[in-house]
Amino acid sequence: MIIMKDVYKTYPNGVTALNGISVDINQGEFVYIVGPSGAGKSTFVKLMYREVEPTRGQLMINNMDLSDLKEKNVPHFRREIGVIFQDFKLLSKLSVYENIAFALEVIEESPKNIRKRVMDVLDLVGLKNKARFLPDELSGGEQQRVSIARAIVNHPKIVIADEPTGNLDPETSWEIMKVFEEINARGTTILMATHSKEIVNSIKKRVIAIEDGLIVRDQHRGEYGYES
Amino acid sequence: MKARTLKRHLRESIKNLFRNGWMTVASAGAVTVTLVLVGAFLAIMLNLNHMATKIEDDVVIKAMIDTTADDEQIKTLKEEIEDLQKVDTVIFSSKDEELKSLIEGMGESGESWELFEQENPLSHAYIIRAIDPQDTEIIADQISAFNHVEEVSYGQEVVRNLFTFNNYARTIGFVLIVGLVLTAAFLISNTIKLTIMARSKEIGIMKLVGATNGFIRWPFFIEGMLLGVLGSIIPIVGILTGYKFFENSISEISAIGFVDLLQYNPFAWQLSFIILGIGALIGIWGSVMSVRKFLKV
Repeated sequence: MIIMKDVYKTYPNGVTALNGISVDINQGEFVYIVGPSGAGKSTFVKLMYREVEPTRGQLMINNMDLSDLKEKNVPHFRREIGVIFQDFKLLSKLSVYENIAFALEVIEESPKNIRKRVMDVLDLVGLKNKARFLPDELSGGEQQRVSIARAIVNHPKIVIADEPTGNLDPETSWEIMKVFEEINARGTTILMATHSKEIVNSIKKRVIAIEDGLIVRDQHRGEYGYES
Repeated sequence: MKARTLKRHLRESIKNLFRNGWMTVASAGAVTVTLVLVGAFLAIMLNLNHMATKIEDDVVIKAMIDTTADDEQIKTLKEEIEDLQKVDTVIFSSKDEELKSLIEGMGESGESWELFEQENPLSHAYIIRAIDPQDTEIIADQISAFNHVEEVSYGQEVVRNLFTFNNYARTIGFVLIVGLVLTAAFLISNTIKLTIMARSKEIGIMKLVGATNGFIRWPFFIEGMLLGVLGSIIPIVGILTGYKFFENSISEISAIGFVDLLQYNPFAWQLSFIILGIGALIGIWGSVMSVRKFLKV
């Protein structure tokens, strides 16, 4: 599913974010990416949806070689991946329904299918009755659920979440985690970068810790391992 | 592209025009100002060109034939002239015809020349037209070297000055129009850049969910075109009403018809289509230029 072999990333300004990382992640796994700020977590996550390219090394995702992916194939690669951010990245002028439908419109799905799939996914994240609301009329947790719905409406094989609970209070964070567990239970691989000690230590999953651009720990049912 | 997708792009573009409110007004306004200038300029330039062409078309070479030449030699001379490249028509004008046109051309004072009808002192002539009037001088020089050509006349100085003036006027007009269009496209691309910057988040999300660059570009492409078309409405109305007015005023002050304007129909309509086309093109160009750098995410 995700295979990294000796991946390096140095930015044009000379900063080296990843220093030779190798890791295998299988279909259906739930993985936390932890580590101090500036350790390389963000770069690791950005590599996964091709926001950045590796400087050196091999990166295979969904059987596509990202070290050799042509620019014109990037959109097709991204359709197999759902991405979720700390700041939700919703379009404030579009309704909840439109924000999610947007992801299907760009891949030219038929209107009939769009309607069905958006309603299905809204049901999954528990927002079926708020389809016509604008993002600003929702709470933070609800907005994050919309962004999750948008990420999974396409039935991606992998969902990548960059600090998805970073802006949410603890109670809302648990609700979001429940949604993630549900998605994971359907067989979707989940990769989640997080700073939340409570979540990592309570909902036990595989933990990959990154420090100074290297993987320093990779445990099944691991602990957060840092002071939060 | 699927028809459904094109419909979606069209809907998006129109929605965006409304969403951008004053930005839309500003962009279309920039197009309007430029197209008013380009339209007025084109109307003047094309009319000047039309008049210049008409005057140029009146330029002919008259080659007087030596009075000693016999019929056979006159015929040979015609063939020689016709064989020249760049020559369009060669028409024979007998000395009687020459005298007649001379008398007519002189009006009342020409009557005294009627005395010469008994013994015509003029010679036969060939009236020659060049394919391109600009070649008149070259052809005249070639003809003057032929046997049995007594004299060649084509209003040397006048013709040379006319052509020089016309060529300058055309070049300057062309440069000014191109300059205006480029300035407008630059202004529009800057205005549209602002609207796109405001939507860079939207573009970023589209890329993230797997939109191709083409898919992202289309609504902007249509939006630019619509902006150009919107901006050309006032200039077109201006041309259609203004040219009518202009044509009427000119015909009043020059009843003799020295100033020969292009006909309202079809000229004003043709010009309107040209303005519409230029508007749409600079709109598209401006938006495509601006959206390019946002697609490198």
